[in-house]
Amino acid sequence: MIDPGRAPMRFWLLNSMWLVAAAAAAVLTIHGKLLPSATTKYPRGWQLPLKGWISDLMKWLINDATFGLFTFKELTRSISWLLDWPLQFATSLLSSGFLYGQGSKAVQVLPSLSWIAVTAIAVLAAHFAGGRKLALLVGCCFLYLAVFGQWDSAMITLSSIAIAVPFGVAGGLMLGIAGFRWPWFRRMLTPLLDLMQTVPIFAYLVPVLFLFGFGPVAAMIATIIYAMPPMVRVTMLALQQVPSETIECGRMAGCSTRQMLWKVMVPSSLPSLMVGVNQVIMLSLNMVIIASMIGAGGLGYDVLTSLKRLDIGGGVEAGIAIVVLAVALDRLSQALARRPTPEFQSERSRIIVARFPSISIALGVILLTGAVGLLLPALQRYPAALEITTGPYWDALVSYLNINFYDEFEALKTFLLLNLLVPVKRFLLGLPWPYVVVLLGLAGWRLGGWRLALQVCALAVFIVVVGLWAKAMITVYLCGLSVAIAALFGIPIGIVAAENRRVGRIVQVVIDTLQTLPSFVYLIPVVMLFRVGDFSAMIAVVAYCIVPAIRYTAHGIRQIPPHLIEAGVATGCTRTQILFKIKLKLALPEIMLGINQTIMFALSMLVITALVGTRDLGQEVYIALTKADTGRGVVAGLSVAFIAIIADRLIASWANKRKRELGLP
Amino acid sequence: MTRARFAAALLSGAILAGAALAPVAGQAEVESEDPIILTIHDWTGQYVTTTIMGEVLKRAGYNVTYQQADYIAQFAGLESGDLHIAMEMWETTGKQAMEASLATGNTVDLGETGMQAIEEWWYPHYMKERCPGLPDWTALNDCAEVFSTPETAPMGRYLGGPVTWGGFDDERAEALELEYEVVHAGTDAALFAELQSAYEREDAWLGWIYTPHWAPIKFKGEWVDFPVYSDACYDDPSVGVNPDMAYDCGKPRGWIKKVGWKDGEAKWPCAYEAVRNFKIDNESMGNMIGQIDLDGQELDAVVGDWIAQNESVWSEWIACSR
Repeated sequence: MIDPGRAPMRFWLLNSMWLVAAAAAAVLTIHGKLLPSATTKYPRGWQLPLKGWISDLMKWLINDATFGLFTFKELTRSISWLLDWPLQFATSLLSSGFLYGQGSKAVQVLPSLSWIAVTAIAVLAAHFAGGRKLALLVGCCFLYLAVFGQWDSAMITLSSIAIAVPFGVAGGLMLGIAGFRWPWFRRMLTPLLDLMQTVPIFAYLVPVLFLFGFGPVAAMIATIIYAMPPMVRVTMLALQQVPSETIECGRMAGCSTRQMLWKVMVPSSLPSLMVGVNQVIMLSLNMVIIASMIGAGGLGYDVLTSLKRLDIGGGVEAGIAIVVLAVALDRLSQALARRPTPEFQSERSRIIVARFPSISIALGVILLTGAVGLLLPALQRYPAALEITTGPYWDALVSYLNINFYDEFEALKTFLLLNLLVPVKRFLLGLPWPYVVVLLGLAGWRLGGWRLALQVCALAVFIVVVGLWAKAMITVYLCGLSVAIAALFGIPIGIVAAENRRVGRIVQVVIDTLQTLPSFVYLIPVVMLFRVGDFSAMIAVVAYCIVPAIRYTAHGIRQIPPHLIEAGVATGCTRTQILFKIKLKLALPEIMLGINQTIMFALSMLVITALVGTRDLGQEVYIALTKADTGRGVVAGLSVAFIAIIADRLIASWANKRKRELGLP
Repeated sequence: MTRARFAAALLSGAILAGAALAPVAGQAEVESEDPIILTIHDWTGQYVTTTIMGEVLKRAGYNVTYQQADYIAQFAGLESGDLHIAMEMWETTGKQAMEASLATGNTVDLGETGMQAIEEWWYPHYMKERCPGLPDWTALNDCAEVFSTPETAPMGRYLGGPVTWGGFDDERAEALELEYEVVHAGTDAALFAELQSAYEREDAWLGWIYTPHWAPIKFKGEWVDFPVYSDACYDDPSVGVNPDMAYDCGKPRGWIKKVGWKDGEAKWPCAYEAVRNFKIDNESMGNMIGQIDLDGQELDAVVGDWIAQNESVWSEWIACSR
């Protein structure tokens, strides 16, 4: 779809000619039925009973593993006991009030913060970090929560996020620093991070439940595991990028190792670190639906239960509440990161209130609304009579589309199914696995040498020997097509967004929404319009994984050095030529990384698509979850991760190679 | 026990806002003040039975909290004592998991709830005009075309439950030589979304519906009459319409049972007895589910009404606490 310049393309084609030949041979053999059936269908007898081993290991960990003084389970349970304290404090503060006693016999000692107090704190923080504009935005976000009746659930979600994020950030920072210090640790950490990011969460929910017990803490731990990896990566990268001048300056000042780290390196890489913080917040909010399945409650639970009742309006409103919360927290954290270091004030005011105006106002509002709220409940809780809802409109909209446009949808769906989805699925399922493994090996060898080839082959063989080949191929089919479609639409949108500032801003809002709106919210209406099946699943996957395709393309084009474009203008290029011969060519490595992320996003949607009845690895993971079968879930989860890692390694090597060829940094 | 206390805090917004603060004076002594943890799952009916049980236990003076947990995954918690009582375990979907758990000796069967689970192939009422032979199953093959979609034509399309529900629909279609393709929905939400969509358009639809549930209340329709289920029909190929294959009959209709953590019986003997005594019928459940899911009433209010109107019923359950 993109022409990266004719000459390199021809070069690339020539080089890969024999790859194409091998693929053609594979196709021929399928049709010739020359190969034994064991090559398309891996015999059950050869399978590795890995799931059984993992389940046994889990049983041993829970029942027998011991460190002498205490058992493994006691260790994990004490961790959850520890984490329970801050979480309980946050929930008390924001939602339930401080209680004395337990269970239904608890008595409230102190009320929670009133809705006015929470909103005021958020607005003051926003004003402090980013000025009036941000304060207005954040204020509107919190008002939405109150006015649309989402307050109680939102505060439960906010309290778990408020605890999960600091733990995720601190843990990520520590691991990142350790990885930066000791190369051996880094080598160990990198594959682990890959797994943490690609193994579907459902796969480790069961072990987490076993080890950490049922309830909000287990959900929070799963959230931390899921949200931490970007922080680790960002920390390692940011510390590496600290300019050597800065470090030398620190050395001249006589810093100890510890001072060097905490007083020089960490502060000077703070803006990059904040990018990691931002990712932790976003990913934590991504988890709320899944966390609610194991007992976290809050907005995720509302989305889930509304949609189970087919109350689409309720689901949409709770879903938007999640987006709103994400937007508020995201903008706030970004503004904090960008805030210039305050200048040194030689004369500080003697009056404490004048020195910390924001904190003083906040405290005042908390005390005032808390006290008056005892008499006037509207100050403590937003009055239910003033809540509004748009729910019925959403339901009516879906009904309207369903009744009036179903035939058109059906025709489109049938056309795509018969002409695209089904043929691709048949083709992939017919491919013999040895061929695919060999092809992947060849590609790996061409792009990154024998080491990459070996790695890629080993990962593919793992999927074969655990007996998940067919499901893996359905996964590849579903994700592959979705990625192709996402790229087809996402890259042009990204180009337009980069070229046109106004469009760019609108696109930004749309993709932020798509990234944080729980996919379940649009999955159910999609099922109503397109029925259960692969097509519905594909729409949901595309809607989610188009985000990085757009984001990276726009970013890639925006960061092209202006002098290169000026050079193009000077040599008399037309606009089309500038776009295709300069911009896209130079942005290609970035775009490929976007595609790489698109694949990761698509794979992470698998488990959600299993909820509408696909038969891929996501379904395998989901079955394992509902049957509480640790081994099965982990094996299927690893298979998903390995597909992701294969794609990632191949694309990253290719992008690096191209970058070197183009002489880009 | 901080976690238990927290669980109450967590849910207080939704269900227990009033209850958590309600004065609990003048109640009988109970064996233990520790909270009894009842599990809640993701369907309304179970939420109702659990809330009724919880409210009744509270009236007997027990400390009760609710914890959300997965229907099958909860057994791990029930065995370890993280969770205490599960109010609905359906014979049709949870029997295997329950038997496996009871075999560990850490959980205990607390008897039937009095409700009967029905799960079967179901079609909306308007389909009867388009396929006059229904509800008899032999009519299904004559109408395969009517129930078909472009992807399945000329075969009919039957939307089964999530694969995790079991149900042997693929086997049933084969054994009864039904010209239908069995498509599996991933969740019941997807299942009912499709039904709602078809129902709005009066489009052909055939799928797995179960009760007690709001769907057969909201949507008018009928279950297909298959040959009656027997254990032999599932186990013995020679029994039934098809002499060579098993599963040539309808689905079993079955009990819905309560399950509990074994050691809890010693800790709260009277509470466990109350749970054993819990009985309710399909009709009252159906009404309550309808009031909540269709009329949009608050669950607490509906359960509160039931409690107020049936004092003679539930006070018998907790007779031991007096």
